[in-house]
Amino acid sequence: MGKKYETVIGLEVHVELSTKTKIFCSCPISFGEEPNSNICPVCTGMPGSLPVLNKKAVEYAIAVGLGTGCSITQYSQFDRKNYFYPDNPQNYQITQLYMPICTKGALEIETKSGVKNISIREIHLEEDAGKLFHDQETSSSFVDYNRSGIPLIEIVTEPDMENEEEVIAFIKKLKSIIQYLGASDCKLQEGSMRVDVNLSVREAGAKALGVRTEMKNLNSLKAITRAIEGERKRQEKILRDGGEIIQKTRRWDDEKGLSFAMRGKEDVKDYRYFPDPDLIPLRISNQWIEEIKASQPEFRTKKIARFKKEYDIPDYDIELLTESNYMAEFFEKTANLCGNPKKAANWLMVETMRLLKEKGIEPKELKYSPENLAKLIGLVDKKVINGDKAKEVFHHMFEQNMDPEKYVEENGLRAVRDERILKKAVEEVIAGNPKSVEDFLRGKEKVMGFFVGQTMKALKGRGDPEIITQLLKERLKEGL
Amino acid sequence: MELLNLTAVQLSAKIKAKEVTVAEALDAVLEQIEKLERDIHSYVTIDWERAKKSAEEVQKKINKGELNGLLAGVPIAVKDNICTKDLLTTCSSKMLENFLPSYSAQAVENLKKEGVVIIGKTNMDEFAMGSTTETSAFGVTKNPWNKEHVPGGSSGGSAAAVAAAQCYCALGSDTGGSIRQPASYCGIVGMKPTYGTVSRYGLIAYGSSLEQIGPLCKDVTDCAAVLEGITSYDKKDSTSILRKDREFIKDLKVSIKGWKIGIPKDYFGEGLSEEVRKAVLGAAKELEKRGARLEEFDLKHVSYAIPAYYILACAEASSNLGRFDGVKYGYRAEEFHGLHQMYKKTRSQGFGMEVKKRIMLGTFALSEAYYEAYYLKALKVRALIKEELCKAFEKYDILLGPTTPNTAPKLGDSLSHPMNMYLGDIYTIALNLAGLPGISLPCGKDKGGLPIGLQLIGDCFMDKKVMQAAYAYEEERGRFIPCIDEKLESWHS
Repeated sequence: MGKKYETVIGLEVHVELSTKTKIFCSCPISFGEEPNSNICPVCTGMPGSLPVLNKKAVEYAIAVGLGTGCSITQYSQFDRKNYFYPDNPQNYQITQLYMPICTKGALEIETKSGVKNISIREIHLEEDAGKLFHDQETSSSFVDYNRSGIPLIEIVTEPDMENEEEVIAFIKKLKSIIQYLGASDCKLQEGSMRVDVNLSVREAGAKALGVRTEMKNLNSLKAITRAIEGERKRQEKILRDGGEIIQKTRRWDDEKGLSFAMRGKEDVKDYRYFPDPDLIPLRISNQWIEEIKASQPEFRTKKIARFKKEYDIPDYDIELLTESNYMAEFFEKTANLCGNPKKAANWLMVETMRLLKEKGIEPKELKYSPENLAKLIGLVDKKVINGDKAKEVFHHMFEQNMDPEKYVEENGLRAVRDERILKKAVEEVIAGNPKSVEDFLRGKEKVMGFFVGQTMKALKGRGDPEIITQLLKERLKEGL
Repeated sequence: MELLNLTAVQLSAKIKAKEVTVAEALDAVLEQIEKLERDIHSYVTIDWERAKKSAEEVQKKINKGELNGLLAGVPIAVKDNICTKDLLTTCSSKMLENFLPSYSAQAVENLKKEGVVIIGKTNMDEFAMGSTTETSAFGVTKNPWNKEHVPGGSSGGSAAAVAAAQCYCALGSDTGGSIRQPASYCGIVGMKPTYGTVSRYGLIAYGSSLEQIGPLCKDVTDCAAVLEGITSYDKKDSTSILRKDREFIKDLKVSIKGWKIGIPKDYFGEGLSEEVRKAVLGAAKELEKRGARLEEFDLKHVSYAIPAYYILACAEASSNLGRFDGVKYGYRAEEFHGLHQMYKKTRSQGFGMEVKKRIMLGTFALSEAYYEAYYLKALKVRALIKEELCKAFEKYDILLGPTTPNTAPKLGDSLSHPMNMYLGDIYTIALNLAGLPGISLPCGKDKGGLPIGLQLIGDCFMDKKVMQAAYAYEEERGRFIPCIDEKLESWHS
């Protein structure tokens, strides 16, 4: 007879902030550079160097705090966490232990089982470490300090989640808020968002928490899901077998589907935290908080609800369009300008998203404006150009923003509406293909497609397929 | 010899008046170094070639009228814990025996703009930990007044170099008295400015919340000139303060008539030598002659300053010195297996005893189990001391007392009695805890002919007042005959 267990999960989420420069020096932040190219005395821990706090990093941290319902600590400080590791050039990390910048927030998540509040214990600001590379051949190690000093916020939740579904819902919601704020791109694969899962298991109904483990190296939502499943099973089995869980940091190996106990700095737990004497206390004025509050965007949950009320498009479209705030706002502007929300949604969801994905760029990097997309939609609605030509115009617009109306005029892309020209083209196609006409008259209706194609070709693609089909049908009734 | 008797400001005036060239001044100093360095050992590194080149460049600029500051053309020395670009900066430690900084400290940059010539880097206690310059990994420095005695520390090299005319003035750093105490032992003027006055960017940190770079000079005027030169608001140092009153020289000469001078009774208690007491109280009388009023008062928390200081300074040091690990720069053990052993061996071999002792003390004080009992308690003591001193300044313009309880001890004595050495910081340390400005200047000599230091202490940002009082005393006292005059004969022998 198996005992019943329940799982308790809390998260620690590290997020790299999208500031232009590092948190304590003015080194630029850019990725994919040569190792140790974005470095200076400060972020390499040179003797005599001193940290100076990046205001924008503080602003982002406050913005995320406000977006997740936290209270902002108006008088806070930075602390040193002392430990030795080569990726940590000063052998201490500047972080916030005693007075985190944001505390006591919560996010509401929705899962199949309903709506639930997940409490956020704190959000603190800290610096990222460099990266180590181990060369197996020479058995030597190298350090790259480009990442050293990139600002991070760490969001720590209460152990309020029970399963992977809740965890994923929480992460998605958190991601969306941070992305809407522009505070980070939150990419799990690239490490700009790193989720550590603290998980323990206890007998159903028990009040005390079980011994927890912390899992790291979770590079995708799928990995998080699998890791939670795997760790829950591992712990349940140990408990069923009468064993004990050892509190440890574990590294998830997604390929093997197993977690492994980690060694290293975790062995020594005393970080000898103390306030960093090189940084003065951080005072945050009410005015600053109000300013940041006033510039907060409408977050996704609210936006979805409003779009459902205001725009007559499918829920699926709304979900997709609101994934990024930029896209949602782009949609809204375009829809309001052209008065055709469904078409605006289609252009964005089909052509735009396809091209973005193909070129691997972010919505905010879009070159064309909502005004021009609205114009293009107007051109199609008014049948000034046909669908094929609209796509052609769109592709130009995507590459380099331009006025589609002008472009259509300058390149003579207007659909041919003059019935005499249309009829002449139809006449020529029929005259030039007597055999096909015979086939058609004998009932081979498929040939119609061929006629339409030929006529379009004669019109250099500027005809309206519907009108042409109509004209062809009428003409063919008359026979050769 | 006359050239070497000039103060920095006097020398610069003669250089600008074309009576002396920068090269002549530098040569005089270099000659003095050649003559005395084997005995005194003020320097860790002497930058002969570059100093000569720099003298030429400075001379050109002076000739063109591009440089006309108070210190233009003056050869100076820099303590070896202050970064100088492409010039060895060792902190007198094996750990940094090969360290070439990629940048210069802001204070050095500021002085370079003034047109000084950097001669070299002066010896010090390893990582500024010590009061005698005996903990240096590169040999001890001797007191130019008496080679059997220490010059004090940790800026002992800077103090000895100024006293022996091996430079015209020098930069030091003061974490617990490291400028004022060697200045006192060497019969020169040394000042620690208000915390935040001089940028710490480029000062290799020991106790970050306590220390300041400051001048060691021949007289108060030089001290004001050097401090004016190095003071700047520096965005690279978050604890730097924008000072709008940095024209120290211009305001040096004021009447101190009616000033109230507080004399803390606790600065004249047990442990103070009779000779020092007499000399310092004698100096107070001189100031009285200038119209100042003297009053004794109690400063009782000061007795807790030493334990609080050693906990805080060691705690900060244990973290500040973490970066010396053999990974990025400096010394690395030659043989090791794996990372852990590299750290261990590098730090065991690279640091000297005093540094290791303080790192261990600090590590202990910050450890989770003792953080509250030691570190936090020390912070509270610090706050109380600050409060008490602030209160004193509601009543007094400046405070007056000895810089040290005794004159310079004999070589070897201090390290064998470390508690006595730590207690020797009793009068200087409270200022560092409270961030206050303080100056030490000679006010007499003991029976053995060793100088005695008078300490004047100001409220936060009252650096000017401290120098004004010091200047007034200096005028009243008359010329303090430097050791190069007195000892000239014995050096030549």
